[in-house]
Amino acid sequence: MSDDIKPRIELKGITKAFPGVLANDAVSFKVEPGEIHALLGENGAGKSTLVKMIYGIMQPDAGDIVWDGEPVMVANPKAARKMGVGMVFQHFSLFEAMTVLENIALGMDGSISQSKLEAKIRDVLHTYDLKLDPHRIVSTLSVGERQRIEIVRALLLEPQLLIMDEPTSVLTPQEVAQLFETLRRLSKTGCSILYISHKLHEIRDLCDAATILRGGKVVGECDPRKETPTSMAEMMIGGNLKQISKAASREFGDDRFIADGLTIAGEGDFGVALDDICFAVRAGEIFGIAGVAGNGQNELLLALSGEEPSSPADAIRLDSHAIAAMDAVGRRNLGLCAVPEERNGHGAVVDFSLTDNTILTARDRMELASNGIVHGGAATTFAGQIIDDFSVMTTGPGSLAGSLSGGNLQKFIMGREILQNPEVLIVSQPTWGVDAGAAAAIHQALVDLAENGSAILVISQDLDELLALCDRLAVINEGRLSKTLNVGEATIDEIGLLMGGVHGDPFATAEMTEAVHAH
Amino acid sequence: MLIELEKRKEPSKAMLYLTPVIAVIATMLTGAIIFSLIGHDGFGAVAKIFLAPLLDTYKWQDLGVKAAPLILIGVGLAIGFRANVWNIGAEGQYIMGGLAGTGVALATWGMTGWWILPLMCLAGIVGGAAYAGIPAFLKTRLNVNEILSSLMLTYVAIQVLYYLMRGPWKDPDGFNFPQTRLFTDDQILPTVIPSTVVHLGVPLAFLVAIIAWFVMSRSVFGFQIRVVGAAPAAARYGGFNTNKTIWAALLAGGGLAGFAGILEAAGPFGQMVPQFPTGYGFTAIIVAFLGRLHPIGIVLAGIILAITYVGGELAQSSIGLPAAATGVFQAMMLFFLLATDVLVKYRIKLASAVKAGDAA
Repeated sequence: MSDDIKPRIELKGITKAFPGVLANDAVSFKVEPGEIHALLGENGAGKSTLVKMIYGIMQPDAGDIVWDGEPVMVANPKAARKMGVGMVFQHFSLFEAMTVLENIALGMDGSISQSKLEAKIRDVLHTYDLKLDPHRIVSTLSVGERQRIEIVRALLLEPQLLIMDEPTSVLTPQEVAQLFETLRRLSKTGCSILYISHKLHEIRDLCDAATILRGGKVVGECDPRKETPTSMAEMMIGGNLKQISKAASREFGDDRFIADGLTIAGEGDFGVALDDICFAVRAGEIFGIAGVAGNGQNELLLALSGEEPSSPADAIRLDSHAIAAMDAVGRRNLGLCAVPEERNGHGAVVDFSLTDNTILTARDRMELASNGIVHGGAATTFAGQIIDDFSVMTTGPGSLAGSLSGGNLQKFIMGREILQNPEVLIVSQPTWGVDAGAAAAIHQALVDLAENGSAILVISQDLDELLALCDRLAVINEGRLSKTLNVGEATIDEIGLLMGGVHGDPFATAEMTEAVHAH
Repeated sequence: MLIELEKRKEPSKAMLYLTPVIAVIATMLTGAIIFSLIGHDGFGAVAKIFLAPLLDTYKWQDLGVKAAPLILIGVGLAIGFRANVWNIGAEGQYIMGGLAGTGVALATWGMTGWWILPLMCLAGIVGGAAYAGIPAFLKTRLNVNEILSSLMLTYVAIQVLYYLMRGPWKDPDGFNFPQTRLFTDDQILPTVIPSTVVHLGVPLAFLVAIIAWFVMSRSVFGFQIRVVGAAPAAARYGGFNTNKTIWAALLAGGGLAGFAGILEAAGPFGQMVPQFPTGYGFTAIIVAFLGRLHPIGIVLAGIILAITYVGGELAQSSIGLPAAATGVFQAMMLFFLLATDVLVKYRIKLASAVKAGDAA
């Protein structure tokens, strides 16, 4: 790229403040035409705020956005689209009961006839070699296909800059590879791509340049192709990344936590049921359950933790106890603790103090209550112990759970369950939305707990996390669990195929029927 | 300049206690203005309603007697409100409690014994709780909204009262007046301060508030109520059963409303009459919120609302303010409380309107 070509977009000193936080502090960087530029940073580093300003969803408090050499003021997303900015959001905005074509037509700024639009869509699909049938009903499509609709929608406007916000978090490895192929083709036509992610190996595969944000500030720029994931992670967190220390050869005990034919009927019309789930976690083992979101992980956690008791009682066993019919309290007394995916309002009560949040799950095992009376002093002591042992950044046991950052609250919740010294710990998405430093601490705590002989089940959508953490794993797809794989022997391809499963068949058809009936 | 609401990082403790005070003051000011505009002595009326009952020591006993049922019902309702169970049919449960206790009184008429009054109280509590059990059953089994069912059952209770007064329970020696016999000495609450109207129910109400305070702040049951209200998913995760909590909340609210009912019947009324429902069950909703759903706050709020009742009567007789004025003041208090509640979680910020365009 020669110097006389003006950058596609240049940000100069962009600053945006929200109550109590400076989301962006004098952020400056530029993206060249045809460049795939990564915006890298931990949760809360200010990436989303920044792109929302480029796309006109919010306006900066100070600083300039320069587009093709001209300072611009992006008043709203419509103006951004007119200028040539397209955006694919992390969460799709699609009507499930309508066809691909209808969904795209609804999102167009101007009016255009269906047949002309269809011709244009087919043109785009052909140019970028995307597979998508414009007449399919959205509810029958896989997540990867749904994302393709959003991409086509953006490409129809012939953007000069395409912003992609965490596009791979819902995709299988195969779908990710297809997406990258599309993006590379697009960049060859001269379209710049601003790619937001915290997945470092993806950025290394795809991007030409990277800007690293931390705490709302630009802390570095690099050429990802010349960096290692570790070096980028360290720039991102501003410190050394702790590797999980895991004893090389570990002895596993007997099967400790067993699901044997666990079947749960689906709730509601769109719910995924669990179908004959079987696995066994040995003492001292970390067992992973991989899968794309919404394939029954929530139902599995609720059934295993006791929030939703089920039958027959021996479908879930802890050592020799048949526990499927027990409630959460009964299971906890036997030594089964759980951490749900959602921290706010599920794993913790945000309006309660940390002390009160210990009473939520630890009141019996830690003797924080007896004869129906809560022992405030014991609860405060226990909360203090969690804060110390897990380096939770807070003003003390009396502060509200909601005042903690996501990572700190997750450390607190994990600490609360781990310090109860459970026989079995079930964790869903242990590091979801947690910064890299806290994630490393949480991973280490899980490994240490396993080494003490507990059986640990980790449900996660983050394959990298599972591969780093687990001894064995299985993949859940549409409520069915795959065979168990040894982590050392499984390939990403194999796991990816299991994650993709047999998309679109009996369940999808039922879903489509329901969607049609709803109207 | 723009007035903006900015979310606080943590809810303001100061505002939590201050907003009820602000609401009361705003009520007094607005009331004064409104009554001035419609041709009364507005400030005089406010002084009569809010200050006279406090300055006149002779009226203190009335305050206690009026506050007692408000506190009892308010404490019970607050337990439900904490759990997000919206029982607004306390008036009906109050009537049913009163009727159940009256039933015992009529059945034991002519008997003597210390056990009669406790039995009446027990019947009152059970009657109120049983009546609140109907919305609990409908809610937990059929997912019927308890706001509607409990409210509508209030009107059923009123009709039951009218039927009993005009039919089976009519005093045979009462010249056909629709009311029961007068309760006997063993059926009437003793006064605790000689030569006043302060009956045993007044200290009982304070005692119940203190017990409720302990239960809500120190017991696992109180914790359960608070968790179910604040975060139902977390409650389930913690092993608390939502349906059991709904039952407990409604039975507690109904039981205390029924208790208040029989204390009124066996206290100030001394019999059952068609004029028995005086709206305490509805006013107690205001009491519960003005007291921040906290038993001790509810004691204070109960006294404040009692002041408006006593002061309202004073203002009627002395300056001719309409009877509805009391209701207007009570309603304004809830209105202002709910309106100022936003200050607990938000602060007011005067922001200069800087547009992004100025900077670009």
